[in-house]
Amino acid sequence: MLIEPIEQKPYYTFVMMKYYILVGVLILMGCKGGKEEVITSTKMSSQVSFETVDYEGLEEYLETSNATVQVVNFWATWCQPCVKELPYFEKVNTLYADQDVDVILVSLDFPDHIERLSRFIEKHNIQSEVVFLDDGDANNWIPKVDVSWSGAIPATIIYTKEKRSFYERSFTYDELEKELKLFL
Amino acid sequence: MKTLKILTALAVVVILSAFVVKSMGPKGIGSNGYGVGDMADDIHLKNIDGQFVSFSDYTSAKGFIVIFTCNTCPFSVANEDRIIALDTKYKNLGYPVIAINPNNPDVKPGDSFEAMKVRAKEKGFTFPYLFDEGQQVYPKYGATKTPHVYLLQKTDKGNEVKYIGAIDDNSRSANAVKVRYLENAVDALLSGKSVEVTETKAIGCSIKA
Repeated sequence: MLIEPIEQKPYYTFVMMKYYILVGVLILMGCKGGKEEVITSTKMSSQVSFETVDYEGLEEYLETSNATVQVVNFWATWCQPCVKELPYFEKVNTLYADQDVDVILVSLDFPDHIERLSRFIEKHNIQSEVVFLDDGDANNWIPKVDVSWSGAIPATIIYTKEKRSFYERSFTYDELEKELKLFL
Repeated sequence: MKTLKILTALAVVVILSAFVVKSMGPKGIGSNGYGVGDMADDIHLKNIDGQFVSFSDYTSAKGFIVIFTCNTCPFSVANEDRIIALDTKYKNLGYPVIAINPNNPDVKPGDSFEAMKVRAKEKGFTFPYLFDEGQQVYPKYGATKTPHVYLLQKTDKGNEVKYIGAIDDNSRSANAVKVRYLENAVDALLSGKSVEVTETKAIGCSIKA
């Protein structure tokens, strides 16, 4: 839609201003997308442990949380975009701990290669709680996690007692932080 | 002055539309594909043997088992033997497998056209393994992950989508499979019945565009 500028000058100027602001915001948002950050933790974990659950066992992590904001990320060691964004979830878990944000990393690794998960957690010194979901009947539980989920990973849920959002996508740190702040 | 303002307005529209197109890119496009009952457009994609493949080449087929899959996703790899078995079983009954690799090799080098040839040879693929060059076809289907199945039935009106989703109920372990969704759907079509379970879900690797 093009606005006829001759007769409606004040309105036109107003609309133009809005466009300029919008363009500015969009450019800012666009720039954020490419930013890469990698965090390295200095803390040493002495043990590699994770709970193994079926979907029933996972439900408590998806429904009730003692934390104010619960971030649940579905990933696997073999999933490249998941591994790429994992440091951002780790960073959120560390930086927002004082605001009672808790990150759970739900691994969808293959049960017969579970040692890969242990090695990964150890090697990358993962600090967030890792839960291994060992439940092959994905058609049963995928829609329960979220009706809109096609089953592709990475996927993430952020929820509080009042609010819940599901994301079938990858995040940069800035994108993740921006979403998280909507819950704080 | 007036001309300048019109030009500015046009420039803004151009800039805005560029952003709109960007925001409709790979992240948001997945949900807007074919649904069950839709007619799928014909394809024209390059096979690993260099020949182009279209549905219309298969004059005697009753339909197609279209599977978006790739070399690099462990769930795709875990299903390779099952896909070969499906093709072997259903090709002669009129439902050949057409495998399409939707991944952009710039993002996932292991899914390049050359790598596809190597993998197909290693595994002895019995079906066409097509390269979605420029990532044009998978968004039309609304495929979001590998593997992702679309069962098409030839009708007077075109190739109708009859089933979307998973091959079976345990994509990571063939031994643990209890329900074969795709086979049940093809069997139903072959016996002139309607497909009972038309959509299922499975974990897969997000398509790398």
